[in-house]
Amino acid sequence: MAGAAATVLAALLLTRMVENEYVFFAGYVVLQFVVLATAWNILGGYAGYVNFGSGAFFAVGAYTSVALIQAFQAPLLVQVVAAATVTGAMGFLVGALTLRLRGIFFSIATVAIAVICETVVINWSFVGGARGIAILQPDTPVGFASYNRMLFVAMTGFAVLAVGLARFVEISWIGRGLRAIRDSEEAAESVGVPTLRLKLAAATLSGALMGVAGAPFPLYMSFIEPVSAFSLNYAVSALAMPLIGGTASWLGPVIGAVLLGTVQQVVTVTISSELNVLVVGLVLVVYVVAAPQGILGLARRLSRREGAGR
Amino acid sequence: MPPELLIEAIVAGLLLGCFYAAMSIGLSVAFGLLDVPHIAHPAFLVLGAYGVFLLGQQGLDPLLAGVLLMPLFFLLGLGLYRFYHAVFEQHSDAGLRGLAFFFGVAFIVEVALIRAFGVDQRMVDAAYIGTSLQLGDMRMPTRMVIAFAVALALTGALSLYLSRTFTGRAIKAVAQDQTALALMGADPIRIKQWAFGIAMGTCALAGALLIIVGPVEPGLGRLYIGRTFCVVVLAGLGSMPGTLAAGLILGVAESVVLTSLGASWAPAVAFGLLLLVLAVRPAGLFGR
Amino acid sequence: MSAPLLEVRGLGKRFGGFSALSDVSLRAGRGERLGIIGPNGSGKTTLINCISGSLRNDTGSIAFDGREVTRLPAHRRTRLGIARSFQIPRPFASMSLAENVAVPLEYVTHRGSLHLADVRGEALGILGEMGLAAKADALAGTLSQVELRKLELARALASRPSLLILDEVMAGLSALEVDEMLAIVLRVNERGVTVIMIEHIMRAIMRFSERVVCLDAGQILAEGSPAEVAADASVRRVYLGA
Repeated sequence: MAGAAATVLAALLLTRMVENEYVFFAGYVVLQFVVLATAWNILGGYAGYVNFGSGAFFAVGAYTSVALIQAFQAPLLVQVVAAATVTGAMGFLVGALTLRLRGIFFSIATVAIAVICETVVINWSFVGGARGIAILQPDTPVGFASYNRMLFVAMTGFAVLAVGLARFVEISWIGRGLRAIRDSEEAAESVGVPTLRLKLAAATLSGALMGVAGAPFPLYMSFIEPVSAFSLNYAVSALAMPLIGGTASWLGPVIGAVLLGTVQQVVTVTISSELNVLVVGLVLVVYVVAAPQGILGLARRLSRREGAGR
Repeated sequence: MPPELLIEAIVAGLLLGCFYAAMSIGLSVAFGLLDVPHIAHPAFLVLGAYGVFLLGQQGLDPLLAGVLLMPLFFLLGLGLYRFYHAVFEQHSDAGLRGLAFFFGVAFIVEVALIRAFGVDQRMVDAAYIGTSLQLGDMRMPTRMVIAFAVALALTGALSLYLSRTFTGRAIKAVAQDQTALALMGADPIRIKQWAFGIAMGTCALAGALLIIVGPVEPGLGRLYIGRTFCVVVLAGLGSMPGTLAAGLILGVAESVVLTSLGASWAPAVAFGLLLLVLAVRPAGLFGR
Repeated sequence: MSAPLLEVRGLGKRFGGFSALSDVSLRAGRGERLGIIGPNGSGKTTLINCISGSLRNDTGSIAFDGREVTRLPAHRRTRLGIARSFQIPRPFASMSLAENVAVPLEYVTHRGSLHLADVRGEALGILGEMGLAAKADALAGTLSQVELRKLELARALASRPSLLILDEVMAGLSALEVDEMLAIVLRVNERGVTVIMIEHIMRAIMRFSERVVCLDAGQILAEGSPAEVAADASVRRVYLGA
């Protein structure tokens, strides 16, 4: 708890001390990915069910905010809670439909939901449809130099929340049940783990947190349109970051998000944004083949070797 | 909807559906029979289409090009399965990592195609593209009829191969019981490799059909993930006749939706049908 | 005469066109030691899977402790008191032995009162009974065959079952290891746990069982005392070839 408060405080201090606006711009993106990657890992890393449609959950969170802003200028907190509810329900529904079956069917269903959501949004003029919509940032709250800095701190708070939840799940008996499901679902069921119920809970929590990652997006960008909101980059990054950092613990997605998020920012700015997507794809394949336990796994192996007195 | 329009939509849907079956037959083998989470299958369809495009620029007829590319794709399939098996199939978390691997592969193929050919659409030219045939009261594009015929032939040939030849039956057997097959003296890994090669080989000819039926662009694969998996799941994993039936159902459904609701809703049909099948009868029509 | 703990009636299970079990009925009394034998492919594991809930039977019914359990998912049956081991051990490979045993403790035995339970202490105790206490914090993926079998057993016992079903738990073990396992299982039975044991190792089945059932091609071939079944002509034919 102390660490959580300290992190948010540090973010707050940063907004007072640093002049360069871009730091907060980029920092927000990285923090957003921390939430997204952590959310993905709760179902993907802990339980072993792969979500390929994280972009949809992210975008639905964003568009829920847009709908609320358009309807009655809802404040940020209301947007976030509403987004979490909607995407949590989405996670539950997709799970209820497919978690009884083999893992790949869940994955395919997440692709399906991504396409269906994008189609619905494109045809919905209230939230801007295919052309997109501009979002006016409200007045900058007292104590901040810009609205984006406030969003930066808010996202820090959400990241802390997400990581805290993930950590709680991981070290509790819930986490043990999820890992049992991942290691051998049949054995888990036979030793008394209610596998379907646990998977559904994980899917709901995962979905809800992804919505939280997406909810402030329209305010942050001041504009939103379907192609970038539903970008494949979110789906691939949500997958790649935990795989790179290590899926076994809450720390993995954080490491992956910070590393890959930073690399992405650099590449996008210096080279091109489509090459960025190729890089992520390549990195993903290399990691999946060569370092299946991610950076954390490598670190663990190295420390074990040293401990053995080589 | 007036009945003539409906009938026309259904006939068009049948032609389209057979084409979808041909697109999916490789996946029916790779995923339906071999249990490989080959989510990159549609990406290789597009790769095949671009291969046909390249050969088409040399003046080669697309169908011929497709057939010529089949051995190349077969070898590619052998190699890919070898790699997949060595790295992933041996481990307990093969599911997650294998899936991520093929996802990454699909991705890389798509972006490589973008780098090589750009995002513009590409087409091929042939005598049968651009003309139409008179079938009774209806006019059907010739290329659709050609695609229908070739798709039927491809599906039929593969179906016969799997049920009549020794290797084909071994492939079906390895899907049911790997251990029993090993005990009978056949090497299950080599058989699976061979089967995956065949699955990949079909991508060459199916890719030719893809670019015959319409223009292609690198992102087209993503549109076909829904269609191919819908067909394979609706068919019932591993059933070849099921693939044909499922393809026809999807084709007709899409065609009718297209005629009645318009093009913007067509992409959702395959995925919607897929979710419906998963909810109601996950084993599919002819499920094992 | 008290009601049987387990009552299986007319169980049938098909896989596509293949009939794995047809019209199988059997019962196990409280505290009984029941042995199940049969050639490979006779449906023994399918029977276990149906009783434990890993598979859904097509026809027939299963009653446990007076309750109809045919419709219940496996984890509910475990909570009622059925536990099983797997023919090919399925450890939770990424977790330590103590964590492996902790899962049933947390999800079955102490479901209502987790905050009060010393789960780790209890897990160590159970592992100690199997002689695995020293490896409590080792990863389950690093164990030897016989250790894996013992872990399967430890995990099954952690849920405090009243019915324990063992699926070829002694396969591939040396004579000494078989005796070790047998001693452990007999001790468990002495505490009142009903044990159903599927085995190929004849001397283990004969020594262990009070009653033996022989399965062949999905049907019950013979039933009776170990001596009776061993002497049965059709059993001998099925085991020694036509």
